[in-house]
Amino acid sequence: MTELIKHSAATLAAMLAAKDVSAVEVTQAHLDRIAAVDGDADRGVHAFLHVNTDEALAVAADVDGRRARGGADAEDLHEMAGVPIAVKDLIVTVGQPTTAGSRILQGWHSPYDATVVKKLRTARMPILGKTNLDEFAMGSSTEHSAYGPTRNPWDLDRIPGGSGGGSAAAVAAFEAPLALGTDTGGSIRQPGAVTGTVGVKPTYGGVSRYGAIAMASSLDQIGPVSRTVLDAALLHELIGGHDPHDSTSLTDPSTGLVAAARTGNVQGLRIGVVKELGGEGYQAGVLARFNESLDLLRDAGAEIVEVSCPNFVYALGAYYLIMPSEASSNLAKFDGVRFGLRTLPKDGPMTIERVMASTRAAGFGDEVKRRIILGTYALSAGYYDAYYGSAQKVRTLIQRDFDAAFTQADVLISPTSPTTAFRLGEKLDDPLAMYLNDVATIPANMAGVPGLSIPGGLADEDGLPVGIQLLAPAREDARLYRVGAVLEGLLEESWGGPILNMAPELVATQTMEAK
Amino acid sequence: MAAINRDDVAHLAQLAHIEMSADELDRMAGELAVIVDSVKSVSEVAGADVPATSHPIPLTNVLREDVVGHVLTAEEALAGAPDARGGRFRVPAILEED
Amino acid sequence: MTDATLSFDVAMEKFDPVLGFEVHVELNTATKMFSSAPNVFGDEPNTNVNEVDLGLPGVLPVVNRKAVESSIKIGLALNCKIAESCTFARKHYFYPDTPKNFQTSQYDDPIAYDGHLDVVLSDGSIFRVEIERAHMEEDAGKLTHMGGATGRIQGADFSLVDYNRAGVPLVEIVTKPIEGAGSRAPELAKAYVAAVREIVKNLGVSDAKMERGNVRCDANVSLRPYGQEKFGTRSETKNVNSLRAVENAVRFEIQRHAAVLDSGNTIVQETRHWHEDTKSTTSGRPKSDADDYRYFPEPDLLPILATPAWVESLRAELPEPPAARRKRLQADWGYTDLEFRDVVNAGVMDEIEETVAAGASAAVARKWWMGEIARRAKLADVDPVGLGVTPAVVVELDALIRSGAINDKLAREVLDGVLAGEGAPAEVVQTRGLAVVSDDGALQSAIDTALAAQPEVADKIRAGKIQAVGAIVGGVMKVTKGQADAGRVRELILKTLGVEA
Ligand SMILES: [Mg+2]
Ligand SMILES: [Zn+2]
Repeated sequence: MTELIKHSAATLAAMLAAKDVSAVEVTQAHLDRIAAVDGDADRGVHAFLHVNTDEALAVAADVDGRRARGGADAEDLHEMAGVPIAVKDLIVTVGQPTTAGSRILQGWHSPYDATVVKKLRTARMPILGKTNLDEFAMGSSTEHSAYGPTRNPWDLDRIPGGSGGGSAAAVAAFEAPLALGTDTGGSIRQPGAVTGTVGVKPTYGGVSRYGAIAMASSLDQIGPVSRTVLDAALLHELIGGHDPHDSTSLTDPSTGLVAAARTGNVQGLRIGVVKELGGEGYQAGVLARFNESLDLLRDAGAEIVEVSCPNFVYALGAYYLIMPSEASSNLAKFDGVRFGLRTLPKDGPMTIERVMASTRAAGFGDEVKRRIILGTYALSAGYYDAYYGSAQKVRTLIQRDFDAAFTQADVLISPTSPTTAFRLGEKLDDPLAMYLNDVATIPANMAGVPGLSIPGGLADEDGLPVGIQLLAPAREDARLYRVGAVLEGLLEESWGGPILNMAPELVATQTMEAK
Repeated sequence: MAAINRDDVAHLAQLAHIEMSADELDRMAGELAVIVDSVKSVSEVAGADVPATSHPIPLTNVLREDVVGHVLTAEEALAGAPDARGGRFRVPAILEED
Repeated sequence: MTDATLSFDVAMEKFDPVLGFEVHVELNTATKMFSSAPNVFGDEPNTNVNEVDLGLPGVLPVVNRKAVESSIKIGLALNCKIAESCTFARKHYFYPDTPKNFQTSQYDDPIAYDGHLDVVLSDGSIFRVEIERAHMEEDAGKLTHMGGATGRIQGADFSLVDYNRAGVPLVEIVTKPIEGAGSRAPELAKAYVAAVREIVKNLGVSDAKMERGNVRCDANVSLRPYGQEKFGTRSETKNVNSLRAVENAVRFEIQRHAAVLDSGNTIVQETRHWHEDTKSTTSGRPKSDADDYRYFPEPDLLPILATPAWVESLRAELPEPPAARRKRLQADWGYTDLEFRDVVNAGVMDEIEETVAAGASAAVARKWWMGEIARRAKLADVDPVGLGVTPAVVVELDALIRSGAINDKLAREVLDGVLAGEGAPAEVVQTRGLAVVSDDGALQSAIDTALAAQPEVADKIRAGKIQAVGAIVGGVMKVTKGQADAGRVRELILKTLGVEA
């Protein structure tokens, strides 16, 4: 493994600016790593569904050319120019397929770029490819991808979290220094936790959703996936800000995050431990690492307080009404008329109604069907008030809990996920057990507040990464970076280096084949 | 709240335009019954006095000026179509012949 | 299979009709309701769409400010209250002309509600129609059914979809149940739709061309025995797209309902389709529990707050209301009450206004629109406006007559040519060779022939019976196939016979 791929995005950006290395070298190093360890549906990490070799190298060469020419061409380059990135395959990209991890979009090419992708292109960041996910982001393990699961680089027999398992695994496996994810109920933070990487769900509206294939519109948010808090801040600032194509986009400028990450300080800060996000159902090793983090923060001058958010216990239930309801609506457009798969009925009359029904039957996987049916039920006449309507009220109660908690604390803290990475297949037949993985991450989506997950160490019982989640009030994303950077520094000091230094070396898949 | 049964699932699958086999209906009914049971507490916690939150961050009057912007060519519009003819999307007959 | 009907008079003796209308008005904004693609009629298929209109994965809607303002104006013109806050909702149904398989519409909080519209009937009386609501929504694409029987949906082999119209802003105006119209129900139906059309056209918010579907009417009809308070079961006749059709459809449905009820059967609540060719409706889809639209608040759009300042600034922009305008036009044109009412009922007031504006006198404009054009429209069974004659054609015909180039009879032939697509009136005169024969030499030989053919008439004229000249003029017109100026012919006959007029 070349050392180049071990650098953080911030370091790579500095090396590129200093011309210590070329963008083509950096990009090629990552493409080589992908070729070596990513494998396919049957072996390797399988973080990528599509590798964008030619375009990534062309963008890198363009950056190098501009730097070489100097003058305005070089000065106008974004500080992240030439730093490669991977994009969750839920986000549309011109020139590459976008599948959403679903059979129904196999081979589909978007005629337009997502707003965040436009921003990556403007910054001239080479896009390495599209990363794997649970179909339409519905899952917590990436096992619901129609194209086979992604494997956790810490243990290839285990899940990388989900739905953004591909983005987290790619970053954890040094296949990319950065990636984009989407987080509806924890799909950035939970994979971050179980792969030993950093993931941030920004304040709802902080990053444009235009071009992210919608699961649950009022919960979805695009955010950064990285190995360091600073890298997440750099990417967050780049992709954030107002977008006139997204009505729910905030007009706040996307600034102050990098500065917060660089000047981290918790002196005198009140950090609230959410009573309801811990205890029963949380793995012992997860709680042990969580408590160590509290001690480190206390020692660094923070005041640790306990806060109670009594309505959080209803968050999971309300989420499993709102999310499928909105998803059932958002996924209605996948009907085999304008784009994507069309499957004809095997027999009987060839009407469009029946073609739509057989297309959706063949194109959607079980979990997607389950959620569409559940959402259709929750929205249907006679059930709306009891289900969707009540769930939206619970949302108000959760927001009130957050408001109250944030009068007692500047940021809140909890484990990101109740457990470390479980084995592939372990929870596949038990939807409820799978849904419980998001119990700590869902409240943030319900209330629209920002959340960050950073590695908190390895659980004693299995040696697998544990995630620590920080939550801040809406539009106060900077606080996450300020506290996250401090905790990250204290933890790395205690470990003697980044957590991924403790991860096992990945065996190249070619070697595995040779065996 | 009534439990969800196989007939309910069949009706919902029809509303959602998803063809389902008898086996699938049975399996789905079982799974959904468990899920619905686990979320039913939601309808009990929030009283009539609690307003619904549709949008996590409340905004109003987000409006666009009436100015023509991005347009696709017919070619681009039809590029991903499963079937097309003469610049239009082609679909099978909409009704069965009676 | 055609449904049985009772005669209208018998139906009216037995039953009391209750009406209700949902009128969809397409706004004439530059762009779509939720996307910046152009809102243009008649272009090549799928050329006025972007990813939002096609409902491609990942897209999001953004509301068109102008469409909201137009909707508020419509609400104000219909004497509605404007909602301080309103939202959008998703209405779900799978149909290939609906790109997202849901329509973004308004549900329980429309932008305008509780209004009324005073409709003038042909006898001059005013009927007040109460407006329940006016809400914003988006139009669907256009389906063309191919193969099978004559482009109808039944028996088509396949259908083609053009999404140019998808996302065009619509305002749907819904009335409260209209009671008490009695036998004037069909007339009221037509007058109501005409009044809505007039209002939106006058506001400048819609092109209001019914023949293009800019204004489309769904007509609800139910009957009940006189004296009964409870409404009968209704039918909803969809997309009735001309004023005459609205009148005819309501009349037909009253007669059909009456026949069903009279024979002791019950009306099925269903949608009906109006067929212009057979002047009847046929059964559409029965209302069933499949119509579970699963409305929920559109999470991608935010509430619209119509502040008093905003509403008042829009109110200040409203043009002269139609009633005031009618009063002014009648005075300007010098029409009698009866003449003016006929013009309004024929739906040609706007056309006369344009014709006068283009240079014709009010009398000439009325002569054409209420005369020849109305006559032809009746024959063709269309509204006068639907015949395809433009104010410019009328003005040109009038100018040709006044210059002596053609006479009234030839003008009718020129109109034939114009309607046959042969071009503007002057072109038709040219290509059909319809100019008046004003060459005295050619006329003289025709006159000589006519006089020689009827010597006894010539003698009478010479003897002073000048009114007999008509017979000779007729002979000359026959020979010249009507292409002579009758006045000039008369002068020449008298001159030839040496008689003083
Ligand atoms: Mg309607
Ligand atoms: Zn409508």
